[in-house]
Amino acid sequence: MDAIILQILNGLDKGSAYALIALGLTLIFGTLGVVNFAHGALFMIGAFCAVTLNKILTISYITIDETRTDFLGNPLKVENTYIERWFGPEIGSAIIDWSVPLAILFSIPIMVAIGFIMERGLIKHFYRRDHADQILVTFGLAIVLQEIIKYFYGANPIPTPAPEVFRGSFDFGMLLGFDPNVIIYPYWRLVYFSFSALIIGAVFAFLQFTTFGMVVRAGMADRETVGLLGINIDRRFTIMFGIAAAVAGMAGVMYAPINSPNYHMGMDFLVLSFVVVVVGGMGSLPGAVLAGFLLGILESFASMNEVKTLLPGIDQIIIYLVAIIILLTRPRGLMGRKGVMEE
Amino acid sequence: MLGLNKRDTTLLIAVAILTLFAPFILNPFPEGSAMAQFNAGYPDLMQRFVIFGIFAVGFNILFGLTGYLSFGHAAFLGVGSYSAVWMFKLLSMNVLPAIILAVIVSGMFAVVIGYISLRRSGIYFSILTLAFAQMSFALAYSVLTPITNGETGLQVYNDDPQYLMGPDSPTATNLFGLEMRSTYTLDIGHWSFDFNAGYYMCALIMLIAVYLSIRIFRSPFGLMLKAVKSNQQRMNYTGLNTRPYTLAAFVISGMYAGLAGGLMASMDPLAGAERMQWTASGEVVLMTILGGAGTLIGPILGAGFIKYFENIFSKINDTVLHQWFAFLPDGLEDFMVFIVHPFIGKGWHLTLGLLFMMVVIFLPGGLVEGGQRISAWIRRRNTDDAEKANGKTKPAE
Repeated sequence: MDAIILQILNGLDKGSAYALIALGLTLIFGTLGVVNFAHGALFMIGAFCAVTLNKILTISYITIDETRTDFLGNPLKVENTYIERWFGPEIGSAIIDWSVPLAILFSIPIMVAIGFIMERGLIKHFYRRDHADQILVTFGLAIVLQEIIKYFYGANPIPTPAPEVFRGSFDFGMLLGFDPNVIIYPYWRLVYFSFSALIIGAVFAFLQFTTFGMVVRAGMADRETVGLLGINIDRRFTIMFGIAAAVAGMAGVMYAPINSPNYHMGMDFLVLSFVVVVVGGMGSLPGAVLAGFLLGILESFASMNEVKTLLPGIDQIIIYLVAIIILLTRPRGLMGRKGVMEE
Repeated sequence: MLGLNKRDTTLLIAVAILTLFAPFILNPFPEGSAMAQFNAGYPDLMQRFVIFGIFAVGFNILFGLTGYLSFGHAAFLGVGSYSAVWMFKLLSMNVLPAIILAVIVSGMFAVVIGYISLRRSGIYFSILTLAFAQMSFALAYSVLTPITNGETGLQVYNDDPQYLMGPDSPTATNLFGLEMRSTYTLDIGHWSFDFNAGYYMCALIMLIAVYLSIRIFRSPFGLMLKAVKSNQQRMNYTGLNTRPYTLAAFVISGMYAGLAGGLMASMDPLAGAERMQWTASGEVVLMTILGGAGTLIGPILGAGFIKYFENIFSKINDTVLHQWFAFLPDGLEDFMVFIVHPFIGKGWHLTLGLLFMMVVIFLPGGLVEGGQRISAWIRRRNTDDAEKANGKTKPAE
């Protein structure tokens, strides 16, 4: 029992990342009808927003402390960050400590801007081309974005720590009446899960309860009619693209402490997220979220030792295997709508 | 000739001449000169040209004719490589059984994957093939280690059985004694040209592959595939089951990929799982699109183009750039080097990505379409000039 709960918990954080990326992909696909292979790159850029903010905050200057000496007997050089000088040592170090959550605020305008530029500059011209062309051009864009990041940040993963408070682990088992140290779960993963639940809730609420969201949903159902009613649906869809980019970016920012960002993390997630979208059903937002969590949890179950001894290697292929079975038995995915992507 | 019409014969002969004289054509600059770094006439690279040419030609049979975009074609390349290396391990270093087995095994593999994947079309097909390729990649890395030797990669060891190996058989890959790596170097003045046995074997196989691909393009079967591409629904409405045709195309292109993989292993008896990764699948898509999908010569051009520039761009470094821009004033020189720097050396993938985007955006037909446009433009200009020279305009009709 405890092992099962532990695996469900383990699956949640990866599942949240899948769900967030898949949600963005589905938003773009549902509104603009474009298959965006560069979405993983947006996730990666989000993670690098966290890295960048951390680097900016820790820009430091060197002072020479005459009272102390280093091991060679020279006066000790002390590195001080500007933030600590401006805000005082306590607040300064707290700001640096909280750089990852702060990076969310920093990333939203950047991601929205990137989303707008991408949509207006490139994707716009591909509405009427076939899906193969869309896949190819966004694939090219993903390579370009990835290489730009690699150029500036190098090829090695850059560790980006979570705030001190969240670095420990939480004994989840105690809460449910198990023995101590049976179900231990890092705080930050819990934060990640709650955060993504919040974002997913916010996106759904935005689409469901605002006038803007209503128009967008109407546009997803029948773009032409909404256009005929005199609504500038293209502009709204562009905004949705920005939102989808921001969702992917925030998912990336928060993921940075879990897995040190490197330039190809986007591609690794993208392939899986596409599988998630297809399993959930192309164009279905609840399907994307459901499939994201489902596949994340399935993946962590498959990596249990008991399962692995029974079926060696299953942890590597479970997601693809599920995708193949789903696509063959339920061609529209778990919650796919009729008439989406059917030639 | 050989059942081809005049245009196709000319094309085939042109390809044949280009590949046979490649050691000359690719080495236009004398040894030791500043331009020598643009030479591509060394065996290793020429082999890669033709092997990836075969791979892309095969991919084009599927994508160019039927429009099914497979994102997992590298899996067949990997399977071909593995089976070839197994032949080296079990029989002898003769490449012939290795290549034959590579084609057969990858063909069978393609039957299985194609049978399942082709039940869906469009993006679903792409995702399914991608899923299969990633699965093969993951399995080759982990569970199938006894067969694939995991991360180390499969290679030939001294204690392998090699049942057909005689006491005096060559220990390098060979075709009935002709070693693949044996190279004859011809020195003319400052130039030196390498004629490599492995390259010529690959080139010969590529010519056969291209010939077969032309025949497929011109056959009723090829016509059927083109019909599938233009409107599958209509084909279904006429009461025709298109799946056997698409499956046949898928298997043929999988066998081409396996052939390329087998050749790759024959040139260098190694096989690693990274050959199956989806970036490798993406690469062959790039080659085909860049050259021109659906054209006969396009994929070969694309493969050559990408492999050539990959090699050249990766070699250029800042010192070379400083030489190039040395004629500029110092500040400007540094500035130019600074601008170009991200695109060269390790930045080759950035250039490739940009180039690829440009091609998809502006030139969906690839290099072939580019060439056609330029020649059409020249022809139009010539006729314009001729009319002007005649001094009269066409009467309005």
